[in-house]
Amino acid sequence: MDTNLKIAVLSGKGGTGKTLVASNLAKIANRAVYLDCDVEEPNGHLFLKGPVLEAFDVDLPMPEVNLDLCDYCRKCVDFCAFNALALISGRVKVFDKICHSCGGCKVICPQNAIEEYNKNIGKIERRHYDNVDVYTGILNPGEESGTSIIKKMMTTIPSGYETAIIDSPPGSACIVMDSIEDADYCVLVAEPTTFGAHNLRMVHELTKVFNKPCGAVLNKTNGEEDPSRIYCMDNNVPILLDIPWRKDISDYIAEGSLVVEKDKELSESFAALLERISQEVQNEKNTYTQR
Amino acid sequence: MKKILILSGKGGTGKTTLSSALIRLLDAKAYADCDVDAPNLHLVMEEENEPLKSDFLGLPAAYIDPAKCISCDLCRQNCRFDAITNINGYIVNDHACEGCKVCTLVCPSDAIEMVPRVIGHLSLYKNGHVFSTAELKMGSGNSGLLVTEVKKHLYVNSKNADIAIIDGSPGIGCPVIASISGVDLVILVSEPTISGFSDMERIIKTSEGFPAKVAVCVNKFDLHLENTEKIISYCSENGIPFVGTIPFDKDASSLINQGKTLADKDGPARDSIIKIMERSMKILNEGDN
Ligand code: SF4
Ligand code: SF4
Ligand code: SF4
Ligand code: SF4
Repeated sequence: MDTNLKIAVLSGKGGTGKTLVASNLAKIANRAVYLDCDVEEPNGHLFLKGPVLEAFDVDLPMPEVNLDLCDYCRKCVDFCAFNALALISGRVKVFDKICHSCGGCKVICPQNAIEEYNKNIGKIERRHYDNVDVYTGILNPGEESGTSIIKKMMTTIPSGYETAIIDSPPGSACIVMDSIEDADYCVLVAEPTTFGAHNLRMVHELTKVFNKPCGAVLNKTNGEEDPSRIYCMDNNVPILLDIPWRKDISDYIAEGSLVVEKDKELSESFAALLERISQEVQNEKNTYTQR
Repeated sequence: MKKILILSGKGGTGKTTLSSALIRLLDAKAYADCDVDAPNLHLVMEEENEPLKSDFLGLPAAYIDPAKCISCDLCRQNCRFDAITNINGYIVNDHACEGCKVCTLVCPSDAIEMVPRVIGHLSLYKNGHVFSTAELKMGSGNSGLLVTEVKKHLYVNSKNADIAIIDGSPGIGCPVIASISGVDLVILVSEPTISGFSDMERIIKTSEGFPAKVAVCVNKFDLHLENTEKIISYCSENGIPFVGTIPFDKDASSLINQGKTLADKDGPARDSIIKIMERSMKILNEGDN
């Protein structure tokens, strides 16, 4: 992915306004690509709307045992680190929900009895909304891990955009890391509650692992000192934007509208936010080349 | 022991708010937080004593001994998780390694060893009740396994409790599947937004494969009455019991910031949670005796 500015939008948990920030940032940018990596609950396309123009399946190799060749030596069963294989009444059975597609059983089988077939675990949809190309990763319900969908999104997206906005999965688990590895900047979205501050700390630590510059957007604020704001001040996390709690904003979100299209003031705030991030990344790059 | 799990399909809908209020109202002697990626329940349920802590070990990670490595590149080619790189020698990226051991299998010079790693810790509070929670170290996988451990800790230590309240994890992935298994009733907390609706549909599909009963309620229902109506009619069309609505309470955040639950303050939110509790308990006990 060759894009000038890659911004990952993160939050320690869902519901903090991550998609709100990500989708509106994409709308305010010039030529943007929006990557919804929240593959379990991709919601960005509910705001950046449009018909599906293209869809790509995401498949994973899954082992299949050729029972004619298998002599039940158990080597594959004993090897599988995830207990995805079992020898049940003289047959090797694959539990594909827990198989990680590591390919180890195929390597270890002395009889070459294991073949791999492609199993569909989800898809990536492309839509277009105004200035934004919208890519949505969707994990099939019942599948365990969307990591491979995120990897595919991050590697197969065409280049040539000015700005890429990555809407990361919530939380700070392994799956989030794939979505921020590539980013120039991380925007941490937090709520003004104890929960919010606790989760903010977790994602902030994650960005430290990758050494990414980051800043916070505080959502649903009420003008008072709150635990998230205090966390930012104590830990030198710049507060990039305050989005107040307002009934009209909550209505826009509930009906699936972008706030930058509804509210002039917020539209200016988001433009300033993007400008500031772009400046900080530029500064970062400059100091980097000077070193 | 009857086990009630609170789920939401996505975070921020009020899952922990409802869980903590139900724990108070039912005076539950056993409860757990299965949101191991971002546990929050301990922030509301203040505990007197320090918890018993234990390490949670994930699958061991690969380690390459540079002295033995002959740079044949086979491990890198065979690692499907792109966890091995060659920058001035072969190294394993701990975050990406899933512990599958395939590299040890293909290495011709026995240079790779699997070494144990701590990927989180479990906490168990015992203060006349039992509270089991855990935190996964950032960037670790296997949250599903940790969820299973949290539940095991709870059950083993609270054999005499009649009811257990489990605060689930957001999403529909492996930690959620791990949290649903073995519970009697799932209460889904939805919210009246279009994303809330689509998340609810997904989680209902996910829970279909399990024997647990499912009920739905809507938090902050008055923020968008039309969407609330939509959720209620979806439930009635699909035969899913609807157990009630909770009004938006602007004091909810500040209550929680003080370590209190919605059950600790008189008002419409508390009243509506009591109704949800009563209806849920009725569903839970249906078919008994
Ligand atoms: S591919 Fe890997 S995880 Fe899947 S069954 Fe084979 S050894 Fe187990
Ligand atoms: S290793 Fe091969 S031959 Fe042995 S049990 Fe597995 S599939 Fe059968
Ligand atoms: S154990 Fe598996 S994931 Fe880890 S480095 Fe080896 S092959 Fe890669
Ligand atoms: S397979 Fe073994 S010898 Fe070959 S590069 Fe990897 S660690 Fe080195």
